[in-house]
Amino acid sequence: MNAHQSLAVAAPIGRAEPLELAPTMAEPMVRFEALSKVYPAYRDKPSVHALQDIDFSIARAAITGVIGRSGAGKSSLVRLINGLEKPTTGRVIVDGRDISALSGQPLRLAQRAIGMIFQHFNLLSSRTAAANIALPLEIAGWSRADIKARVSELLELVGIADKHDRYPSELSGGQKQRIGIARALATRPDVLLSDEATSALDPQTTRAILDLLANINRELGVTIILITHEMSVVRQLAKDVVVIDGGRIVERGHVADIFTHPRHPTTQNFLAEALGDAVPVSLASRLDSQPVPNGRAVIRIHVRGTDTGDTVVARLARELAIDVALLSARIDEIGGQQVGSLILGIPGGEAAWRQVLFYLAQHDFAAERLGYVA
Amino acid sequence: MSPELVNLIIQATGETLYMVSVAALVATLVGLPLGVFLATSRKGELFAAPKANATLGVVVNATRSTPFIILVVAIIPFTRLIAGTSIGSSAAIVPLTVAAMPFIARLAEGAIREVDGGLIETASSFGASPLQIVFKVLIPEALPGLLLALTLAVVSLLGYSAMVGAVGGGGLGDLGIRYGYQRFMPEMMLAVVVVLIVLVQAVQTVGDYLARRVNRRLRHL
Repeated sequence: MNAHQSLAVAAPIGRAEPLELAPTMAEPMVRFEALSKVYPAYRDKPSVHALQDIDFSIARAAITGVIGRSGAGKSSLVRLINGLEKPTTGRVIVDGRDISALSGQPLRLAQRAIGMIFQHFNLLSSRTAAANIALPLEIAGWSRADIKARVSELLELVGIADKHDRYPSELSGGQKQRIGIARALATRPDVLLSDEATSALDPQTTRAILDLLANINRELGVTIILITHEMSVVRQLAKDVVVIDGGRIVERGHVADIFTHPRHPTTQNFLAEALGDAVPVSLASRLDSQPVPNGRAVIRIHVRGTDTGDTVVARLARELAIDVALLSARIDEIGGQQVGSLILGIPGGEAAWRQVLFYLAQHDFAAERLGYVA
Repeated sequence: MSPELVNLIIQATGETLYMVSVAALVATLVGLPLGVFLATSRKGELFAAPKANATLGVVVNATRSTPFIILVVAIIPFTRLIAGTSIGSSAAIVPLTVAAMPFIARLAEGAIREVDGGLIETASSFGASPLQIVFKVLIPEALPGLLLALTLAVVSLLGYSAMVGAVGGGGLGDLGIRYGYQRFMPEMMLAVVVVLIVLVQAVQTVGDYLARRVNRRLRHL
């Protein structure tokens, strides 16, 4: 089925240049320089090129999403940032320091400036909420009194002051992740790494945790790096996004740009999942690649930008006097812009949909013909 | 039962408790760190030392596969070196300790390995040193398992202590063999068995209770 045959339409308006992240401040928080990571062959397993040609910066005080499927190299990226692993080639500069060159005590000191939260929370079951938050402070050698004051402050910050003496086994997933966040922030780090931090939570709790992270970024100015496989997480929170696939960066830029004009197939797939660009199953099964007598042409309009998609359908129907059928629609707001797709059925044969196409192009909407239905 | 026999039982119980408690204490002091090392020294682990790990593993296995009664006799020169004599309760502590050390080490290794590897990674990412990870993460998290391991070790030591009568170690086992068996005093044998059962029960109950108390993981299941 050649349903994805593109139609020639005017280039979408305001195409952004997604290959350079605009630095918010002169010095980025994290900078990867010509980095690669190869895990050597071990026994019967061949060597793995986990990351290749990684060369980018993460802006200070911003929230940056790193998105990729499992096995894309996200975890390696995280472990390189916090110095748990060394790059095979290249460097990782965190806050102006080459963390990949450090080891022993200097590395441990640098790691205390990097907080981290985890998918499975990684709390100590033997410690109360307060004692879990105290752990990095004990490790850093804080005094007992300072720890006590700081822990109360943090419990307040993450909104679970009443859970001070509870053990993790007595808390919900959301509460556990709040402890995880408080613990990660305990030593007042400049960077917070979030490794799939909401992947084990239900949608409502996910939203609450993401809101908390957004607050923390806003109020404390902490740089947040969100590692995730969920586009919705990036969409809700991040300003910049880096898409990695097969150990390489395939696309990066501002979230609004990437979401409105994805270039790489991996990004497009992620977007299709997140935005419902995908053709509904029942419709896809009825699609025919050849025109059907007295049938309709099925076209998809990509709504990308501030222009609203809903009025275009109404105007189209009115001005061209065509009975447009709305087969599927999904529009979300991303970074203040409307993003989504409309799938329309156009009756009246070849001439009618050429007319529709021309109309859409005039109004700067990208459209494609998916096929035909009876 | 005559008062003399009761006194014998009390004395033998005291000897057993003395041998077992000292042996358990010393074996724990050596076996626990050894167990921590075994659990953290394979390739890529916290104190990675694969060769030392493998060598220690062989030594531990060799000690554990030697029947205790053979071990007691085989290490008499070592016992004499440590205790100054090879006879009596104090001397018997040496082979008991030697046998319990690898036992505790293996059980401790198992308990430590049960700790979620993610926690080690977490503590590392906070800049914890390997020793901080051991004392702040591994041991506290493995504590319920470690307490059960120690309980098992003490119970085993109670059994082993019955055999050190062979080198004049005294204790309940020795009493049972010499009076209950060789002098054919079934009531003495019965008394010894009952005291041992009570001791094992007591140790197990206390061990289980402590392990449950420190286990915060299953508290509300």
